[in-house]
Amino acid sequence: AAGMFLRLLSDIQWRAANPKWRRMTSSRRSTSTTPEPHPVALPAQAQVVICGGGIIGTSVAYHLSKMGWKDIVLIEQGRLAAGTTRFCAGIVSTARPVSIELKMAHYSNQLYQQLEQETGVQTGYTKTGSISLAQTQDRLISLKRVAASLNVMGIPCEIITPKKAAQLHPLINIHDLVGAMYVPEDALVSSANVSLALATAASRNGVQIHERTSVSHVTVQKGRVTGVETDRGRIQCQYFVNCAGQWAYELGHSGEEPVHIPLHACEHFYLLTHPLKEPLSSSLPTVVDPDGRIYIRNWQGGILSGGFEKNPKPLFTEGRNQLEIQNLQEDWDHFGPLLSSLLRRMPGLEAVQIMQLVNCPESFTPDMRCIMGESPTARGYFVLAGMNSAGISYGGGAGKYLAEWMVNGYPSENVWPLDLKRFGTLQSSRTFLRHRVMEVMPLMYDLKVPRWDFQTGRQLRTSPLYDRLDAQGARWMEKHGFERVKYFVPPGKDLLDLDLSKTFYKPDWFDIVGAEVKCCKEAVCVIDMSSFTKFEISSTGDEALESLQYLFSNDLDVPVGHVVHTGMLNEKGGYENDCSIARLSKRSFFMISPTDQQVHCWTWLKNHLPDDSNLTMEDVTWKYTALNLIGPRAVDVLSELSYAPMTAEHFPSLFCKEMSVGYANGIRVMSITHTGEPGFVLYIPIEYALHVYNEVMNMGQKYGIRNAGYYALRSLRIEKFFAFWGQDLDAFTTPMECGREFQVKLEKGMDFVGQEALLEQKQNGVYKRFTMFILEDHDTDMDVWPWWGEPIFRNGRYVGKTTSSAYSYTLERHVCLGFVHNFDEKTGEKLVVTTDFINQGEYEIDIAGQRFQAKAKLYPFSSLFTQRRRKDEVELSGYQRE
Amino acid sequence: FYLTPPQVNSILKANEYSFKVPEFDGKNVSSVLGFDSNQLPANAPIEDRRSAATCLQTRGMLLGVFDGHAGCACAQAVSERLFYYIAVSLLPHETLLEIENAVESGRALLPILQWHKHPNDYFSKEASKLYFNSLRTYWQELIDLNTGETTDVREALINAFKRLDNDISLEAQVGDPNSFLNYLVLQVAFSGATACVAHVDGVDLHIANTGDSRAMLGVQEEDGSWSAVTLSYDHNAQNEHEVERVKMEHPKSEEKNLVKQDRLLGLLMPFRAFGDVKFKWSIELQKRVIESGPDQLNDNEYTKFIPPNYHTPPYLTAEPEVIHHKLRPQDKFLVLATDGLWETMHRQDVARIVGEYLTGVHHQQPIAVGGYKVTLGQMHGLLTERRARISSVFEDQNAATHLIRHAVGNNEFGSVDHERLSKMLSLPEELARMYRDDITIIVVQFNSHVI
Repeated sequence: AAGMFLRLLSDIQWRAANPKWRRMTSSRRSTSTTPEPHPVALPAQAQVVICGGGIIGTSVAYHLSKMGWKDIVLIEQGRLAAGTTRFCAGIVSTARPVSIELKMAHYSNQLYQQLEQETGVQTGYTKTGSISLAQTQDRLISLKRVAASLNVMGIPCEIITPKKAAQLHPLINIHDLVGAMYVPEDALVSSANVSLALATAASRNGVQIHERTSVSHVTVQKGRVTGVETDRGRIQCQYFVNCAGQWAYELGHSGEEPVHIPLHACEHFYLLTHPLKEPLSSSLPTVVDPDGRIYIRNWQGGILSGGFEKNPKPLFTEGRNQLEIQNLQEDWDHFGPLLSSLLRRMPGLEAVQIMQLVNCPESFTPDMRCIMGESPTARGYFVLAGMNSAGISYGGGAGKYLAEWMVNGYPSENVWPLDLKRFGTLQSSRTFLRHRVMEVMPLMYDLKVPRWDFQTGRQLRTSPLYDRLDAQGARWMEKHGFERVKYFVPPGKDLLDLDLSKTFYKPDWFDIVGAEVKCCKEAVCVIDMSSFTKFEISSTGDEALESLQYLFSNDLDVPVGHVVHTGMLNEKGGYENDCSIARLSKRSFFMISPTDQQVHCWTWLKNHLPDDSNLTMEDVTWKYTALNLIGPRAVDVLSELSYAPMTAEHFPSLFCKEMSVGYANGIRVMSITHTGEPGFVLYIPIEYALHVYNEVMNMGQKYGIRNAGYYALRSLRIEKFFAFWGQDLDAFTTPMECGREFQVKLEKGMDFVGQEALLEQKQNGVYKRFTMFILEDHDTDMDVWPWWGEPIFRNGRYVGKTTSSAYSYTLERHVCLGFVHNFDEKTGEKLVVTTDFINQGEYEIDIAGQRFQAKAKLYPFSSLFTQRRRKDEVELSGYQRE
Repeated sequence: FYLTPPQVNSILKANEYSFKVPEFDGKNVSSVLGFDSNQLPANAPIEDRRSAATCLQTRGMLLGVFDGHAGCACAQAVSERLFYYIAVSLLPHETLLEIENAVESGRALLPILQWHKHPNDYFSKEASKLYFNSLRTYWQELIDLNTGETTDVREALINAFKRLDNDISLEAQVGDPNSFLNYLVLQVAFSGATACVAHVDGVDLHIANTGDSRAMLGVQEEDGSWSAVTLSYDHNAQNEHEVERVKMEHPKSEEKNLVKQDRLLGLLMPFRAFGDVKFKWSIELQKRVIESGPDQLNDNEYTKFIPPNYHTPPYLTAEPEVIHHKLRPQDKFLVLATDGLWETMHRQDVARIVGEYLTGVHHQQPIAVGGYKVTLGQMHGLLTERRARISSVFEDQNAATHLIRHAVGNNEFGSVDHERLSKMLSLPEELARMYRDDITIIVVQFNSHVI
C-alpha cells in the first residue's frame, strides 16, 4: 500500500507539473495493466538516447540538457521513476569514505535542495540531518575518518557523544554506544519525485521522454554507436547512455558487441510502519547503525527502516525472468535479524503497528563503487549504473559528471575509481557477480579497516607459481582478479589466523614485512609480479616509434635494450597511463603498466593510435610470469644462473636483455625493481616459470634469498617517494606536479599529447605539488595508522589530502604521500604552489581526528638509502609502481 | 539457576555417538548409512543401556536399547552379552566348529562382533570369563544340536533372548567362588531389563522386542511429509494381547490379581523382561538363593520381598516378539528408544522431527502481514520463535541429540524452548526422575540408493 501511495502522489504531481506530458500519458496511469497506443512517435534520430527513466537516467538527461545538448531522447520501458527509484528509501547521505563519492553526494544534496524551486515539482526535500552510531571504538575511528574528510570539504559534521545523539533523536537507546557522527545537512527526499522533477526540467529543456518503450539492443559499427533498436522502432544516435539500473548488465550483453557492465541485483528489504501514537516529526534525523546493520528514517509519522543483512539474497542471476519487481515477496524470516536490531536500537517501537515490508531490489557492483563512463569497445556507449543502494545520494552528482564527460570529453573530477574501464570481461561472469555481490551488500555496513580484501570471486587469475608460493606461507590479496602475495608467514609462526591484521592500529604482520624489507635491503628477495599489464607494440617500419613518440611524454627513441619510464598524458597533461617501456628492437616495444590499467590503457592506445595495418599491438599479459629480484645480491644470483656478467658495466640500470636463466632461454631481464632498490625483473614465458623460480631459489640460498610480498614492495616504494598510478597519480596529475619533469621530452622539440599544458605549467607554475611527509610524533605501536585520504594541514590550514602511506622500516617512521595545494585564504582560489611554499610550512596530518606533525619533502632521502652510489639515480628519483 | 545454551549443549551432547558405515570405493553398499545414538540420564546412575555392533561372521548389523529397572546390573549384562548370543545363534555350523576348535587349541578366535561404542559404554572385565564360558556352553550345544538347516533370523533372535535369560538365571543359582562375581550375578538376576533389538541385513529388518521400549520406522510419503510405522508392541498393561497372554498362562483363580494398577502383580510395569527372577523363580528357590547369598543381598529389602499373590511362577518371560519388515525406498530411518522418549513424544512427531532433521527441510510457511494488525514487537517475538525452531536443528550434529532436545525442551507449540530445556536439565538428581525418565535413542539411517 505504501508503494501505491507513493505512486499516486507522484502521479498527481507529475501531471500538475507538466501539462505537455499529461496529454501523452493521459488516463493510463491509474489503469496500468491495459497498454494504450503511444500517442507520440519516436524520432528517427537523436544525438543522445538515454535508456532508463530512474533517478540516474533523468539526472543524466537533466545535466546534458543544462549543458546545452538538446537533441536527447530518454526511453523508459515502464514508467518514469517506477523501478528501484520508486521504492528506494530517499535518504541523501554525504558521509562517504571515497572522496569522489562524497563529492557526488554533496552535489546531489545541493541540487535536490533547490530543485523544487527550479521546477515547481514538490520533491519532499527535508533537511533532517543524519546520525551514524558507533557501537565499537573501531567504528568510531572510521566515523572520525569520514568526519575529517567532510569537514575539510566544508560540510558541517561533528563527532558527538551518545548522550548528544539521544538528545537529537528521542527514540535511540544509547546504552551500547561509544559515540556517533552527526551530519546536520543530510536530507530526505521523495526519490520518485526528485526523478520526476529532473525529468520535468529536462523536458522543458527539450529532452523528449518516451515511456513504455524498451530498448532491445544498441547497434555499433566500426566501434562506434550508430543507433538503438526499440520495440517501437529504431533511433539513430551518436551517443547511447545505459542507465538501466539492475538491467544494465543484460542490456549491455544484448548487442552484437557486448558491453560488460558488472553489476548484480540483490533483494533489499525495508519496513514501513503506521504513525506512532505521537507521530514522529518529519524533521527527525535519520539514524544509521552500521554495527546493527540498519538505517531508520522518519516516514509519515512512523518509521522506515531497512538494512544490509549478512546473508543477502541475490536475484535475477539468469537475467530477467517472469518475476517482476512489483511482485517480489516479503520475507519476514529474512528480515528478522534486522528487526531485532531495530528494536534493540529503538525499544520504544515495540508497540508500533507494521504497515508493510517492502522488497526493493538494488544493484551492486564487484567493488562497491558505481559504474560510470564510456565502453572500451564501443565509442559513444556510456554507462551510469550500479549504485550499490545509494542511487539517490549519488544520482545528482553522478549525472553531472557523466554529462561533463560526454560534453567535454572528461568530467571535472577524477572519476577513475568509478570508471567502467577499471573492469574487464573477467568481472562479468554471472557466477562471479552473484558470489561477489553477496559479499558486497553486507560490506556496506561492515567495518572497513585498512587493507581489507574481498574474499569471494578469488583465485581467478593466478601465476603458475601460485601453489608453490601458497605452500610457503603466502597470504594473498587480489587486484583485477589476479592473486598477489601480501607477505609470507614464516614456517612455525602462528599468526592467530591473522585476525589482528584487521585493525586501524599496528597490524600483526608488522615484523614479518619488516624482515622481508630487511632482506630486500641486505640480501635478495623474490616477488612474483606477474599481474602487471604487458603489451607489445611493433610495426614493419618506423610507424610504432613515430606513433608512440606522439602518445608518450618521454623520449622513446633510445638505443635498443634501454628501458624508459614514461606515461601517456591527456590534453591537460594529466596521466592517463604510467608505464615503463623497453625497446626490444628498432621497431618493437614492450610496455609494462599497472595491473588494473589493462582495459583503460588498451582502450587509450586503441583510440589514439593511427588505424594502420602495419602497426600491431598485442596484450601479452598472460604470456609472461614476472619475478622481481630485489636486493644487492640479485646480481650474484643472476650471474651464477646465466654465466653472464651482470655487473653495472655489463648490465647498466634501466636496461633490458633477453638471456638464458638456468636451462630456460628467452627470459627478458630488466634492470629495474619498481622500488629504487638494486635488482632485476625477469619476464619469463610461463612454461619456464617454475623452472626459473626453482633455479633462482636454489642458487639464491647461499645469498640468503627469500620470498617477499607486495607489502614489502609498498613500504620500499613509498619511502623512496615513488608515486603509483591509480592511487597517487590520476588523469588530473601532470608530471610537473609530481616532480617528474625529467621524464618529459619538453626540451627535445617533439610534439606529444599534453605538451602544451605542460609548457604552460612550466612557465606559470603548478597548483598542486606531490609531497612526501614523514610523521614526526606518531607512535607506531600506540597510534592509529595512516591509510590514505587523511587531510593535510599547513600552518593549521587545510591544503590537501594524502594519497598513500606506508611504514618505512629504514626511517622507522610512517611516510605519507599526498598533494599540497595553496588555497587563497579569502577566496579559496587555487594559487601557484612553489618549492618555497612547500618547504616553508609546518605540516600536520589528521588521522581519525588526531593531528600528527609531519616533515614535508619534495625529494627522497637518496643519500640515506644508497650505501653504494649507483649510476641509476634516475630510477631513484621518482619512478612509480603499485 | 539458569543454564546457558553452551551448558545445555554440553549436557545434551555428553553421551552422543555417531557411526557412519565406511564407504567402499566411494560407495556405501550397505543398506545402513549409519546411526546416531545418545542417552540422557534421569536416574543416577543411568539405568538405560545401548549397544550397536556389526556381525563379522554373518552379514548384518545389530542395534539395541535396554531399559533397566531395580538397578542397572541386568541392563548392563544384557547390553554386553545379548548380541553375542544373537550372533552365535546366526552362525552356520562350520563357523561354530571353527570357533570351538580355536578355543580348544588355544588359537586366536575369529572376531564375531565389531562394536560401535561410546567411551561411556563399558564392559565388565571381571565377569568376562564367566560370560564367555556360558556363551561357549551355548555354542557347544548348538554344535551338538546341528540340524543342518539354515538359520532363521526370527528363531535365532528368540533363542538368543531366551538362552541369555536362562543363563542369567542359572549363573545366579550356581553362584561363583569369587565373592565379587557371586554378588554381581545375583544383582544381575534380581534386577531387570527390557530389550528392543534391531537386526538389519540388506532389506531385511527384524525387530526383537521384550518389554516397553519401542522401534519405529520413519517413512517419507510422496508429498515429502513424514509418517511413523511402529515395528514393536509394548509389553505392558496397555497392550490387550499381552494382558490376555499373561492371563492364559495362569489359572483363572489368579486372574484378578495378575494385573493391578497397570502393573504385573501390582509391581512391574513391563510384562516381559530379562532378569527379575523374583517373578520367575519359585518362592523356595528365591529364599534358598538369598539365604546362601552374600550379606548385602540379605540386607536388601527389595530382593527379600516376595511379590504378593505369587502362586504359579514364572510370571515373567524374556521371550521377544519378533517383527520382520522388508525395507522399502520410502523407509528412511529407524528409531529405537526406551520409554523415556515415548512418554514425552508422540511417534508422529518423532517421525517428523527426525525426518526434517535428516533431510534438512523445514516446512515453515512464510509469514505475510496482509491486512492484520501486527506490532513490531509481536512480529519480533514470532520471528524469534521460528528462528529458534530452525537453529536448534543446526546446533545438533546428531539426530538422537536433536530428538532429546525436543523431547525435553518442547513447549506447547512443538518448538524447543530454551528456558524449559534449561530448567529440565538443571533439576537436582533427586528430582529429575520425577519429571522425566532415562532416555536412550538410536536413530538408524537407511541407504535409499541400495534399497
